[in-house]
Amino acid sequence: MSFLSLLARNRLALAGLIVMALVVLLALVTPILPLADPDVTNTGNRFLKPFSEGALLGTDHLGRDLLSRLLWGTRLSLAVGFAAAVIAAVLGAAVGIIAGYYGGRVDNLIMRGVDMLMAFPYILLALAIVAALGPGLLNALIAVAAVNIPFFARNIRGITVGIAHKEFVDAAKLAGMGDARIIVSEVLPNVVPVIVIAMSTTVGWMILETAGLSFLGLGSQPPQADLGSMLGEARSALITNPHTSVVPGVMILIIVMAINLLGDGVRDALDPRLRSGALTRPMAATMVQRKGPVPDPQGDNVLDLRGLETQFHVKDRIYRAVGGVSWGVKPGECLGIIGESGSGKSVTALSVMGLVASPPGVITGGAVFYKGEDLVGAPYERLRSLRGREVAYIFQDPLATLHPLYKVGDQLVEAIRVHHHVSDKEARAKALGLLKDVRIPNAESRLENYPHEMSGGMRQRVGIAMALANDPEVIIADEPTTALDVTVQAQILSLLDTLRREKGLAIVFITHDFGVVAQLCDRVAVMYAGRIVEEGPTQIVLDAPAHPYTRRLIACVPELGEGKRALHAIPGLPPAVNDLPPGCAFAPRCDKATEACRQGEIALDAFGARKLRCLFPETELEAAQ
Amino acid sequence: MGSYILKRLVSAIPVLLGITVIVFAIMALIPGDPATAILGSYATPENVEKLNRDLGLDKPAVQRYFIWLFNMMQGDFGRSFSLNRPVLDEVLDRFGATLVLAGTSFVLCSLIGVAAGVVSAARQYGFADKAITFVVLLGISIPSFFLGMMMILIFAVQLRWFPASGMWPIYGDRNLLVLLDHLLMPALALAVVATGVVARLSRSAMLEVLRQDYIRTARAKGVPERGVIWRHALRAAMVSIIPVLGIQAGFVLSGAVYIEMVFQWPGVGRMLVDAILKRDILLVQGGVVFVAACYVGFNIVVDVAQSLLDPRIKT
Amino acid sequence: MSIALKLDALSKTFVVGKQLFGPPKGRVHAVHPVTLEVPEGETLGIVGESGCGKSTLARMLVGLLEPSGGSIEIAGKPLDNADPAVFGKRIQYVFQDPISSLNPRKTVRQIMEVPLKRLHGMDKAQRDRRISEIFAQVNLREEFLDRYPHEFSGGQAQRIGIARALAAEAKILILDEPVSALDVSVQAQVLNLLAELKQRLGLTYLFISHDLAVVEAVSDRVAVLYFGSVVEIGRAEDVFANPRHPYTKLLADSAPVVGRPLTAPEGRETELPDPLNPPKGCAFRARCPYAGERCGEEVPRLEGETQLAACFHPLR
Repeated sequence: MSFLSLLARNRLALAGLIVMALVVLLALVTPILPLADPDVTNTGNRFLKPFSEGALLGTDHLGRDLLSRLLWGTRLSLAVGFAAAVIAAVLGAAVGIIAGYYGGRVDNLIMRGVDMLMAFPYILLALAIVAALGPGLLNALIAVAAVNIPFFARNIRGITVGIAHKEFVDAAKLAGMGDARIIVSEVLPNVVPVIVIAMSTTVGWMILETAGLSFLGLGSQPPQADLGSMLGEARSALITNPHTSVVPGVMILIIVMAINLLGDGVRDALDPRLRSGALTRPMAATMVQRKGPVPDPQGDNVLDLRGLETQFHVKDRIYRAVGGVSWGVKPGECLGIIGESGSGKSVTALSVMGLVASPPGVITGGAVFYKGEDLVGAPYERLRSLRGREVAYIFQDPLATLHPLYKVGDQLVEAIRVHHHVSDKEARAKALGLLKDVRIPNAESRLENYPHEMSGGMRQRVGIAMALANDPEVIIADEPTTALDVTVQAQILSLLDTLRREKGLAIVFITHDFGVVAQLCDRVAVMYAGRIVEEGPTQIVLDAPAHPYTRRLIACVPELGEGKRALHAIPGLPPAVNDLPPGCAFAPRCDKATEACRQGEIALDAFGARKLRCLFPETELEAAQ
Repeated sequence: MGSYILKRLVSAIPVLLGITVIVFAIMALIPGDPATAILGSYATPENVEKLNRDLGLDKPAVQRYFIWLFNMMQGDFGRSFSLNRPVLDEVLDRFGATLVLAGTSFVLCSLIGVAAGVVSAARQYGFADKAITFVVLLGISIPSFFLGMMMILIFAVQLRWFPASGMWPIYGDRNLLVLLDHLLMPALALAVVATGVVARLSRSAMLEVLRQDYIRTARAKGVPERGVIWRHALRAAMVSIIPVLGIQAGFVLSGAVYIEMVFQWPGVGRMLVDAILKRDILLVQGGVVFVAACYVGFNIVVDVAQSLLDPRIKT
Repeated sequence: MSIALKLDALSKTFVVGKQLFGPPKGRVHAVHPVTLEVPEGETLGIVGESGCGKSTLARMLVGLLEPSGGSIEIAGKPLDNADPAVFGKRIQYVFQDPISSLNPRKTVRQIMEVPLKRLHGMDKAQRDRRISEIFAQVNLREEFLDRYPHEFSGGQAQRIGIARALAAEAKILILDEPVSALDVSVQAQVLNLLAELKQRLGLTYLFISHDLAVVEAVSDRVAVLYFGSVVEIGRAEDVFANPRHPYTKLLADSAPVVGRPLTAPEGRETELPDPLNPPKGCAFRARCPYAGERCGEEVPRLEGETQLAACFHPLR
């Protein structure tokens, strides 16, 4: 039962659960406790203070025993609150599922009705219902349930629409299921957690609302006690005998607070996004916990990575996304980093400027030298001043990576002004120039566009313009054309190539596409399971791959112009980076692997311009000079 | 923009009609006949019948609805028998007081709630976050009427800082200072729950936004963290916060009923509760329709604000 | 050879900006009338860029979307999905996103049992036997049956999706970008599996993709879609090697190929036409270097012998 253990791990929710269990238990055993009759008046004993003889919590204005009334009242309030929540949830969910699943006219009609009900401040509707049905606890229950149905309906409808458009619902139709069966067996299981979450977070609210109506004298009628009516009756004696108010008020507070704590716990345990810890805020810079020695800078690379290690710490698991990566780029050079998803290529790129989301990301080793200065562990302000000014990024999906609510021009101006003290006018002129640099037609009017008003190719040009805004030395392009169509991709790649030659930029180009690497990059590094397995001049590596993984990966990719054919697949799957095998990570999929490959560290050895991490290379390489 | 506002106004018409239908239908559920309720159970059958005819209650329901609707459109909401004055006059008198109370609370809950949510998200799991989360939890768990009563007990009775009830002193000047003196406690008591809800939602909206790719872009550009939080993240988070503010306005209006009872505030909520207990149906109908219509109007303002904020909403 | 799938002037128009009162704001012609035939045992590849209508076309073929015009015949009979328990046995669909096509709250066994129970009315013992058979065909271990979809990688999940489609025993499979969510090393595994299944079970495929090289590698014939219309159709080895339509040539030239220098085949930034306000005549005209006067007035029709192109100025 992962749900219960998750709930138990949340200490506050557990406290809520315990308090709630006690309250419910008390409410259940109330009839068999030796209590005074809650409704018997004894005006001779009115307003006894708490801890009086025979009345532990004192008595009220009619001399009734407060403890007895409190327990009976709690029993009633709990029952009414839960009943209202269940009624509202069941009816609301039914309406919401039907509207969301069928869509179209049914949905339109139902949701218009719901909108109308929600156009009332909720209490007006409740008051109107009570006015019509007359005061009374049952009527208050009906009113509270009724005004909450629209909230459930709208919430559940939203979820259902999302599920009804999922591909597994289409698949169920094609597998021969009818609508009713799909609703029950495909949609409902996916909606139930949401209903439970919505209910657990609103039960407390329902108890408050019914107590409120009783407080106004519209709910439970005398002499019957519920917590709200106790408060209502005590109000006139608030100043002279506050204990008659405090007792029921504190009880409501305790109950509702316990339910809210418990509800939050249920939500956290059931919501998969919260469960995976996804709703944590990434910090301004990636966390650094560097153990071991810091390497020294070497060579004339403008950007130089030495043994970089980046890990993701999720609960008690450690994912070694980047396991000791070294590479460097010289001014004006283009380095391609190629790998499949999960190979660590993007994480490597983001680690450079501390942009890996943290938590869960942690840089645990190695160094990133920019012109000889180690950026790992550099103060945030130093890192920030280099971001965008010296090292700039271009990201994959230009719709998601541009701010949707700011004009393109304003975003460019901001990129300039965070690093340079120039007037808005100057910055705007520069922004215009940038858009022209990236060959955007009608640049002037494009400054006033929002990202959603542009095509994917145009947006990525804006992304490139933004990276160029402060004339950086290095641009890191993380799959900048993956989300684009092939004809647009060709345009963007040739633009990048022209710009880099014009401006002498160093580019680090992350991709999974050999064709792109071949056309753009001077050198290429191949990554597998968080490490570089092979590196060298692009042409040579592609023509004569030395690592078995590189050779077989190239063979996997169909190339245009070869007609219909069978492909050479690599069997098996890449290893999970939280459970890497010892030795070569590719060994389990490699047909040349021997015992030696499966044990001990295999080094990335240099062979002239090439580097290789393999005991049995595909081609003979000459040893380093 | 103008055409968008116009479109929203036009689309409010069916909603307003729907509101009148719903209110009328609920009121038509009332068992027995209102004339008996008005005249009391000792009335003679002749008097009951005469009053029914005077009130037009002998006609079929559909016809009665249209008469009522038509009269309302001309500003005639009927006459309250318990107060013996036109419903609209009474509602207008009372609504002003409610507006002052609920409006102040709404401004308080929006400002404090959003600010608390942003700070909480920006310092996730830090001390400020934990403190805010705890206070918010307390705030959404306490019944506002109980909180109001405790405030009276402490700040009015014990400490004598504020007057215990009413909107104006019985004697003396009616100036802004006096009003604020009376307003502070009820407005705060009313704002607490809504502030909690707004703060919770703002926190989760901010956390959601802070994970987005465009926040990473802002950081990659070198935008200082303060700018990332307040300029980039909050702006985007407001897109999901504003509709909640609209809903909270309804909650504040609703909560005003309790607070008006506790603080003897001469607002429309207290009027409605009194009218229900006296079974003054026309006053209930009129009051509910009037307040609901105002709320519909407020929601149009919210939608327009939303469309100003988010260019992706087609205007 | 009989015809497995026949499309006659099939089209789809979406209404946008539907209003409560008054006419809709506009219409988008997602698929212009398309006429196609797929003989039994063939793999027809459909290639095009985003927004060209390829997924809309696919969804119409399996009855998930109502066509606005034209007709569909499956194995000689008109498409009729009134009874899902019959329709599912005639044609099946493999989805693009392997994970979201599996219900996260069901085990793989529960997912696999649905078509066997609903379409073929098998009892428990028969179902178990059949599932074992199918799993052997798609190289999946039977221990996977009691796991939930989120425990699988993309490639494994796509195999499960294929297995489910096979369970229906339909002879025609619509494959909608079946490998575009997968990594290249896994992509090759799935493509090879599909080829093997087709051979062994005598299936007919309609293979939709945006990846020219993939389409070329798996298809017998290829149809190129642009802006909702088929602009060229022909044998796979010819279409990209010797394109007749200028758009096909542009596509082929744009694909990054090892050993070919980087050039932008189009000098300027160009965009797709506005679907709400389509241009008169040939939709590709604004991007076409060969466009003449006639291209702005008439919509060209598909013409040719084995390699048909909808162009007034074909390259061959």
